[in-house]
Amino acid sequence: MSTIHVDVVSATESLYSGEANCVFAPGSTGELGIYPKHVALLSTLKPGEVRVETEKGVESIYVSGGIVEVQPDVVTIFSDTAIRAHDLDESKALEAKQRAEEAMANSDNGHDVGTTQAALAEAMAQLQMISKMRGKKL
Amino acid sequence: MAVGKEIRTQIASIKNTQKITSAMEMVAASKMKKAQNRMLASRPYSEKISKVIGHLAYAHSEFEHPYMKEAGDVKRVGIIIVSSDRGLCGGLNTNLFRSLLKQVTDYQAKGIEVDICTIGKKAISFFKNSGLNIKSVLMDLGDAPHFDDLLGTVKVMLDAYDAGEIQQLSVAYNRFQNTMTQVPTVMQLVPMVAGEVEDMDHHWDYIYEPDAEEALNALLVRYIEALVYQGLVENIACEQSSRMISMKSATDNAGDMVQDLELVYNKARQAAITQEISEIVSGASAV
Repeated sequence: MSTIHVDVVSATESLYSGEANCVFAPGSTGELGIYPKHVALLSTLKPGEVRVETEKGVESIYVSGGIVEVQPDVVTIFSDTAIRAHDLDESKALEAKQRAEEAMANSDNGHDVGTTQAALAEAMAQLQMISKMRGKKL
Repeated sequence: MAVGKEIRTQIASIKNTQKITSAMEMVAASKMKKAQNRMLASRPYSEKISKVIGHLAYAHSEFEHPYMKEAGDVKRVGIIIVSSDRGLCGGLNTNLFRSLLKQVTDYQAKGIEVDICTIGKKAISFFKNSGLNIKSVLMDLGDAPHFDDLLGTVKVMLDAYDAGEIQQLSVAYNRFQNTMTQVPTVMQLVPMVAGEVEDMDHHWDYIYEPDAEEALNALLVRYIEALVYQGLVENIACEQSSRMISMKSATDNAGDMVQDLELVYNKARQAAITQEISEIVSGASAV
């Protein structure tokens, strides 16, 4: 019996890689059953279970959404590690923008550690110089 | 004996610094191992997704996604700059920023404006006075950044691209070559540069579900995020190895300094003893 190569990967690790008889994945428009020589397909995934059926048994992997790419002899499943919701992404984007605005606003008054330290070092050097000169005069 | 008190204090303080740097070296060495593992663990994802993107470039899709076609005139570019949160890691950040600044001047000479997005504290403190427009900021990610952390930042830049504010988006980070070498790298994200793929010249296309636009959008956004994430974890591996090396050389240098100072101290001590003896002798002969 012919087999199909299956890779299940997430951004932080490879979850499964090997030959399989068939794969089941939770496609966004319905459950997908993929056998060898499947036509090329690109689909988004719903949260659910990916089942990989091999000679040795059934491997079950939970995905919280993602993408599946099918080529006749290779199936690649990209599992999301992040829970995606449009609103959530939006609020994160807003946060990132806000931080940028704060940083831009702060750039004028120069209250960051680096510049303050430099100013301090300068003042210290001046003080040292003054005390040295005084010591000579006295 | 009062001789060389300053030198002794100096030696003691250098030895203290040496203890700190050698501790930092060891910490960085152990963190580096973990960071490298994390970098290797995230590689399959970005490799696989690049492969799919490669296939996609050869699929004869009816729908052409905006990320895949060249934007005509480039007036404004976006750069995502990945840096570390902490310093004391040698010239890692500085090298990256310097090569970036050069590129930015090139852009500006051509009349192209630059928007930036910074990841890491060092980038924001370096670029906030540079006059470039900062679109988003991300920091305090720690040693094990999570994929989620990036989403907002990347989205800001992609939204800008979608809205036509920028016509090109790149990511700048340090590529991990090996423990000794880190290469400042600027990589273009969108519009995508077609990668090398095996020959597939027959006419074919994917079946898209739910439809071409949505499937491609989901895939391309993940692709870009994966590249930025890969850049981030590589940069962290670079940070740790660079810190390990710079702390090692700091420890060695401190050792050299202590040696030199001890030599000076001993000479001064000997000179003082000689002087004392000669004083006693001359005193005794005078009596």
